[in-house]
Parts: sequence; C-alpha cells; structure tokens
Amino acid sequence: MTDSIDLVSDTDAETGKSGTRDPTPTPRVSGRPRVTGGTPNDANKVIIDFKDVDVYYGDFHAVDSVTVPVREKEITAFIGPSGCGKSTVLRSINRMNDLIESARVEGTITYHGVDLYAPGVDPVEVRRHIGMVFQKPNPFPKSIYENIAFGPKIAGFKGNMDDLVEESLLRAALWNEVKDRLTETALALSGGQQQRLCIARAIATSPDVLLMDEPASALDPIATLRIEDLMYELKQDYTIIIVTHNMQQAARVSDRTAFFSVDVNEGRRTGRLVEFTETAKIFTSPQQRETEDYITGRFG
Amino acid sequence: MTQPLTIEGLVGDRKRRRRERRVKSLFVLAGLVSIAISVAIVVSLAGEAWSFLSQVELSELFTVGWFPRRGLFDIPTLLIATTIIAGIGMIVAIPLGLGTASYLAEYATPRARRWLKPTIEVLAGIPSVVLGFWALTFISPEVVSRIFTSAKPFTMMAAGLGVGVLITPLVATVSEDAMRSVPRELREASYGLGADRATTVRRVVFPAALSGIVASMILALSRAIGETMIVFMAAGAVGGALRTWDPLDPGQTMTAAIASLATGSDQVAGEGLAFQSLFFVGLLLFLITLALNSVSNRFVRKYREQY
Repeated sequence: MTDSIDLVSDTDAETGKSGTRDPTPTPRVSGRPRVTGGTPNDANKVIIDFKDVDVYYGDFHAVDSVTVPVREKEITAFIGPSGCGKSTVLRSINRMNDLIESARVEGTITYHGVDLYAPGVDPVEVRRHIGMVFQKPNPFPKSIYENIAFGPKIAGFKGNMDDLVEESLLRAALWNEVKDRLTETALALSGGQQQRLCIARAIATSPDVLLMDEPASALDPIATLRIEDLMYELKQDYTIIIVTHNMQQAARVSDRTAFFSVDVNEGRRTGRLVEFTETAKIFTSPQQRETEDYITGRFG
Repeated sequence: MTQPLTIEGLVGDRKRRRRERRVKSLFVLAGLVSIAISVAIVVSLAGEAWSFLSQVELSELFTVGWFPRRGLFDIPTLLIATTIIAGIGMIVAIPLGLGTASYLAEYATPRARRWLKPTIEVLAGIPSVVLGFWALTFISPEVVSRIFTSAKPFTMMAAGLGVGVLITPLVATVSEDAMRSVPRELREASYGLGADRATTVRRVVFPAALSGIVASMILALSRAIGETMIVFMAAGAVGGALRTWDPLDPGQTMTAAIASLATGSDQVAGEGLAFQSLFFVGLLLFLITLALNSVSNRFVRKYREQY
C-alpha cells in the first residue's frame, strides 16, 4: 500500500514501463464475452478513494458528498440521469475541473493513498498517471501516428516511438485497421475507430487508470460493442472508471456501479450518490428505492 | 374542410413574384456597380501606367533614388523602403499580436478578457494620422533617437514602429478569433494527456488555428504595405529619397511617394512623367497586394489542420 507515486516531480518515471506489460491481446471481432455483473473482487486494492467529496462551481453545489472506493483492475461504472454530476465527479479525479475557473472540490480524493488535491500536486502530473477518454471522439487533426506520439513526446519519452505507437494501437485493437496508413490524418477514420484511437492515445502515456466519459455515446451499436470488448481486455492492466447513461452498458462491462441521482432545489440541480455496490447486486437487488426505479425505467 | 386544392391555388400571388424580381435586379445592379468600379480603377491605372512606361527610359527606372520631378524614377528605392517599413512593422506586430492573442484566448480570465478585448479593439480604431503624429513626436525622439544616437529626426525605423503599433491589434484580434474557434474538445484531449498550457497552445491550438493566424499576418502585411499616413508623416523624404537599406535613414515608400506627389502643394498635375509615374507605382502596389492575397489563400488551403 506504500506505492510511492510522485505526482509533484517533473521527472518521468513512467517511460520504461510500457515494454514490460503482457503481450497484446488479439483483437476479437465477434463473440463479446457475457460479462454481466463483472468479476468484482474485494481482494483488489483500492486505488482511487473518494471520501465525502463535494464539488462546487462558484457557490453552486454541483455534487454532494460522494464516497466511493475504486478498486484496482476493475471497471467501475457511474450511472444516473442527466445532470446528476457523474461526469463532474469523474473529471475531479484527473483534475480536469481545474480548467473551469470557479470549480472547487471539498473532501478528499486519494490516488494510491496520495491526496490528489494536496498543495503541490501538479494536475499535469496527475493526468499523466490517469488517462481520459472523452464523450466525443477527439483526435487531433494530425496523423494517426502523431496522435499516439503526442502524449509520450510531451512527457519526454526516450524509447522507440514506433514500437510504442504500434503497441498502443495493438492494445486498442486498432493496429490491423490502420497499420498501413499511420501517416494519414486521424480524421479520416470512422467514429468508432477514432474513439479507439483516443483510447490508444491515452494508453500510450502508460497511465494505470483510465477515465471514460460516456465513451460510446456518439457511436453506433457495433462500434459500441467493440469499445466494450476493448474495455474488457484493458481491465487486465488498467483500472477503468466509466460514466455512462446506458444502463445495459454498465451491466455488461462493469464490476461495480455507483448510482447517482439529482435533487432539484430552487431550479439548481445537485447530484448525489445514492448507492454504490457490485454491479450484479445493483441490477438485481438494489437497496434503494430510487435505484430500483431508475434501473427498471420508472424514472430518469 | 376547405375547398379541394386546385392548380390555381399553387400559382400564388403575381404581385409577390414581381416584387421578388425587382429586389433581385436591385441586388444584381449593386453587384455590377462594384465590379464596374474595380474594373474602372484597374483600367485607368493600367492605361496611365502604360503611357508612363512607354515614355520613360528604362535607365531612369533604376538610378540612385526617387526624385520624379528630376526624372529619376528609381523603383527599387520605393520597394526597399516599403519592405523595410513593412518588415519592421511585422517584426513588432507578430510577437506582440500573437502573444496578445494567446493570452486572451488561452490564459486570460473571463474578467480580464472583458476589459482587454475592447481596449485592443479601440486601439485598432485609432486613425492612422494620429499614430503618424505619435510616431513623429514620440517614437522618433523618445525611442529611436535614444537607442540609435545617430538617427535622424525622420527615419524609416520610427515609421516602421508606428506601422507595427497600427497592425498589432489586427494580428491580435484575428488570431484570437481563430484560436478561440479551435474546439474545446481538442484542448481537453491535450490537457487529458498531461500537457500543460504552453504545450497545448503550441502543439494543439496553434496548428489548428494556423489558417486564421496566417490570414491575420497576411492581412496585417497588406495593411502595412498599403499604410500611407504614418509613413508620410514619420519617414520623411517627402520630396524624394535616395536608395538606401538603412532603416535609420529617411525613406519613401510607394504609398508615401504617391501621397507626396499627389498632394496639392506639389502641383504635379500636367507635369508629364512625374504625374504619370504615380499610376505606375499605384499599379505596382495593387499587384503586390493582389499577389499577397492569392499566396495567402493558397497557403491557408494547403496547410490548415481541419478540425
């Protein structure tokens, strides 16, 4: 439990790491595993720990008192109706909320036991350990190769860039589709390919946590399944937190699920954690009435 | 239920269609007039310029300086002075303008931006005659003469700095617009990968906004080349200029040459070649600006990162 993760320093301890990982999984096109409920294991250690986290924008209370332990090499899903703050909570992990001037986080979020909001913690360093995939595929208007190389380059990667690009694309199950056109613009790829490229790009900086903010909501069902397959593969090496408004998706891919709801108070919406437990339990025997209403489609 | 629909019901109002035609022809007329004016300008320029070229000795176009009333029409003098002054202007405006644009688009808090942007737009609205006067009474004695003690009271340096001040807001505002229109998603992608602000600006925002940034520079360069008043007031050499590459000398640009010859005091009308040389210089100026525009268009099409 005493992994010393140095979020303050500028030096990059990550670079050599990517080569030591398992050989890449072979991409599968069909036969998506039935993972309903996932494989939560309480022996997995807690890697990100929310304790009474509140998020404010100015004096607007966006999210109220969230306590969620996220375990290593599991997929944790955040579900809930629009405006319930699930994305806000996700973005408070890699401090993307810092980009919004008035945003403020109270409570503690720890990562390997380090308080992510302690003074001196550099958000730039945090984001090199905690990668992110966004709702809309957002490749840079550059070549496929440059997209992958972007993160490692700015982190001062000294190894073989070609190998790193290949490995990242292999892991994201995209290599076979793009290996002959690495120098072409990434914008020529389909939406699903672009999203896998964004996943490959996030992997290339060797993070150990991947945040996914509704990664499949802009994709068609087949592309969505491929992303879900990929998440299942990536779970071997990464801790994944996914925000989704698609309950089936949460049921299919995640090990544990946090259900958020929203209280409307004088027109202002404050998100709140209702229930957090193993995915199988939350979908079969939710403890809260609100959760049950939501997952059975009576509300939300 | 209303009456069943017949073909008469779809014919519509004849008056309305007539009005439509009238309005359309009005707009066509407006378009034609502006085209006609442009053509007229080019034709009159070209005609007089041709008559100048057919009368002047070729050797008179390459001499020691531009003294049209003495029959010395050294075109390089004007081109060099134009290049020097526009060049100094761009050297001032590019870093200052791009820096301002980057600050406004990427760093400034919304509140700072609310104050700064209008201020810069006010600066863009200062009449160039005011800047010319300022270049003459402030830049020249307080800046140029202090740094370069050998400088004369009228220098191309002072005029160039004045032009730089003039075009900086242009670079800043057009570039800032281009940078701000880069989608937020691209910035987030960059920050999400652990890039800091400086890296994001340099490697993501700049390349994506490149077409707009280059457009702003070409626009600024056209403006610098076409700028008359500042140069006329601050660069000296109103009666003519010797060919020189030294920015601390007085100089006469193409625009200033036209202005000084065409102002009432010089009474050049009817003075034969001196008068006609104006048209030649004017045509040259027109062609240079035209070339700049088409180069920039091609550049922008070729190199922009489409998002």
